[in-house]
Amino acid sequence: MGVPAYYFLWLSGVLFTLGAIGVLIRRNPLVIFMCIELMLNAVNLAFAAISRYLNSLDGVAFAFLVITVSAAEVVVGIAIIVQVYRAGRAMDVDEMDLMKE
Amino acid sequence: MSTLAPLVLLLPLAGFLVNALFGRLLPRRVVAWVGAGSVGASFLVVLAIFGQVLGGQRLDQTYWSWWATGDFSVPFNLYIDPLSTLMMLVITGVGFLIHAYSIGYMADDPGYSRFFAEMNLFVLSMLLLVTSGNFVWLIVGWAGVGLCSYLLIGFWYERTSAVLAARKAFVMNVIGDVGMVFGAFVIFLNLRALDYGTIFARLHQLPRGGTVITAICLLLLVGAIAKSAQLPLHTWLPDAMEGPTPVSALIHAATMVTAGVYLVARMHLLYDWAPTAAAAVAVIGAVTAFFAATIGTVQVDIKRILAYSTMSQIGYMFLAVGIGAYAAGMFHFMTHAFFKALLFLAAGNVIHAFRDDQDIRHMGFLRRGLPITFWTFLIGTLSISGAPLLAGFWSKDEIIRSALTGTNTLTVALGVLALITAGLTAFYMFRLFFTAFGWEWLAHDERHLHEAVRVQTVPVMVLAAFSVIGGYFAVGSFLNPVFGEARQIGAGTQIGIGLVAVVTALAGFLLAYQLYARRPALAPAIQARLRPVHTLLWRKYFVDELYDRIFVRPGYALGAFLSGVFEPRVLDGLATGVVSFVQLVAGDWRAWETGRVRRYALWTLGGAGVIAGYFAWVLLVARSAP
Repeated sequence: MGVPAYYFLWLSGVLFTLGAIGVLIRRNPLVIFMCIELMLNAVNLAFAAISRYLNSLDGVAFAFLVITVSAAEVVVGIAIIVQVYRAGRAMDVDEMDLMKE
Repeated sequence: MSTLAPLVLLLPLAGFLVNALFGRLLPRRVVAWVGAGSVGASFLVVLAIFGQVLGGQRLDQTYWSWWATGDFSVPFNLYIDPLSTLMMLVITGVGFLIHAYSIGYMADDPGYSRFFAEMNLFVLSMLLLVTSGNFVWLIVGWAGVGLCSYLLIGFWYERTSAVLAARKAFVMNVIGDVGMVFGAFVIFLNLRALDYGTIFARLHQLPRGGTVITAICLLLLVGAIAKSAQLPLHTWLPDAMEGPTPVSALIHAATMVTAGVYLVARMHLLYDWAPTAAAAVAVIGAVTAFFAATIGTVQVDIKRILAYSTMSQIGYMFLAVGIGAYAAGMFHFMTHAFFKALLFLAAGNVIHAFRDDQDIRHMGFLRRGLPITFWTFLIGTLSISGAPLLAGFWSKDEIIRSALTGTNTLTVALGVLALITAGLTAFYMFRLFFTAFGWEWLAHDERHLHEAVRVQTVPVMVLAAFSVIGGYFAVGSFLNPVFGEARQIGAGTQIGIGLVAVVTALAGFLLAYQLYARRPALAPAIQARLRPVHTLLWRKYFVDELYDRIFVRPGYALGAFLSGVFEPRVLDGLATGVVSFVQLVAGDWRAWETGRVRRYALWTLGGAGVIAGYFAWVLLVARSAP
């Protein structure tokens, strides 16, 4: 059967952790976005691996849902980032704290 | 005919669209041609339909289905019979003459194309009202004419009085529209149909004179009296004279205000089935006829006098359709359209000659200056007063005769009231004529007055011709297929009642002649002696003041209470209370709301970690424990 399923899960866990660390320590919103994508795709990898392990399509279907949602979310997120950039603000999420008002 | 009938509607629609969308770009001559021409072309089509209807053809055709849900559908169907044909003839025929007149009358107005666009829209709505074969489209047309009435009363929107008058007319009409809509709703609830054919066929499922049919007829009557300015929803019509004079002639005299009469006549099977409601129609009509005529005797604004006269004449029509003399009512509708449109248009010429002064006391000596207007106005006055052999004589006489020969005392009493009103009509019309047009010996000053241009005088002369010969059109026998054969009355009775009516009108004429032509000093003396009566009539029976006290002021008071007390104390108090409650509870938690995305992410991840840790504990420790 080639590579065992838990290998994929380990890989997924490592990718997810890398992404999470990236979200926490980076301040550039674009990089944070890429890290979020990394986390989402780590989850997708886990879904696909489990799906194959259990011989069921449920996990794969879920992965497609995640891809769709992340695409939509990127559209909105990038639009916001572009607007912030056009407004002449610094590309630093720590400076973007107006939402608390 | 099934292809001609929609054409009648489409021509004014096209005129409206062209003038509304491109009117500002087009030269005035084109605007006038499109505006008047579309109505004139529509009239020619109606003439063709008239020929086919005379040949015995009828039409009730569905052109398309507007909407349908389940077994309920609203079709767009046209219903052409002698009644709607008569209405269409008057609307497009008189409408065309008035449109042509407007070319001259409105020549200097900056809103030229807007005027013609709105007039065309009115003609379209009115035609839709009379040709529709079901209640939904009837209500569409009904609301459309109300809208155009509102737009055209407020045509000179820079005048505050015009805007207020337009608003008043709209509010009064909407009260009526609500009655109409409820009436149609009750019909649908009980008969499960909205098209005339099915309603008439299923009508006899309801008990005769029962609550349901009476309620339907009374609700429809509310709509009819609001549109036709009958008591007690009449106060808007005199104020509606703020609009341009052609508007007063077309909408507030010849066509729209008679929509109520048309409604009752169209629904005559329903009213025959509800005698109480029919009696209410007759009483409202006769009382309004008398009431408005008395007010007309003291007013001094030439258009307002004509407005009260219109109310009074429509009262006659209501009386006629209320006592079942439907053909007589429609006959009077037609002759009234001729002579009242004539009177308004001629009055428009006079008002122009006096540079927009409408007070009849400032007028006089018009025979030399405006000969055509003078003679045509005289014909109109004679016709409305019921001078023998003119149009108004035949139609009014038919109504009075039908009432006086009625079978119950109420009808006869109303007939007597109508007879008295005929005398009053002659009086106030000749008072207007003698005062405004003045015989030579009344002339107190020489003014340089100009007759109107040809495009204005020709329609007036055409209408004058019809005010003379209109009485010889066999409207009764034309409408027989709709209303059934009229009751036969002996020739002796006919001549007798005709003579009585003429004598009454003559008395009114002589009184006016004495007071306003022979001995002008007498009128102020009598007026001084009858001061309270004069004040009562001058203030129009204080109806406006009454409505002000009952509806307007309590409305303002309620508004002041809501904005001054309810909103700041109760509503704002509630909102402030919620806010301070939340602030109290939230307190220290607000420190969490830093706005730092990364901190939120850390908390989210931490939370996820806790949850993951819990599951790991459950799977690894708790499960292996036992």
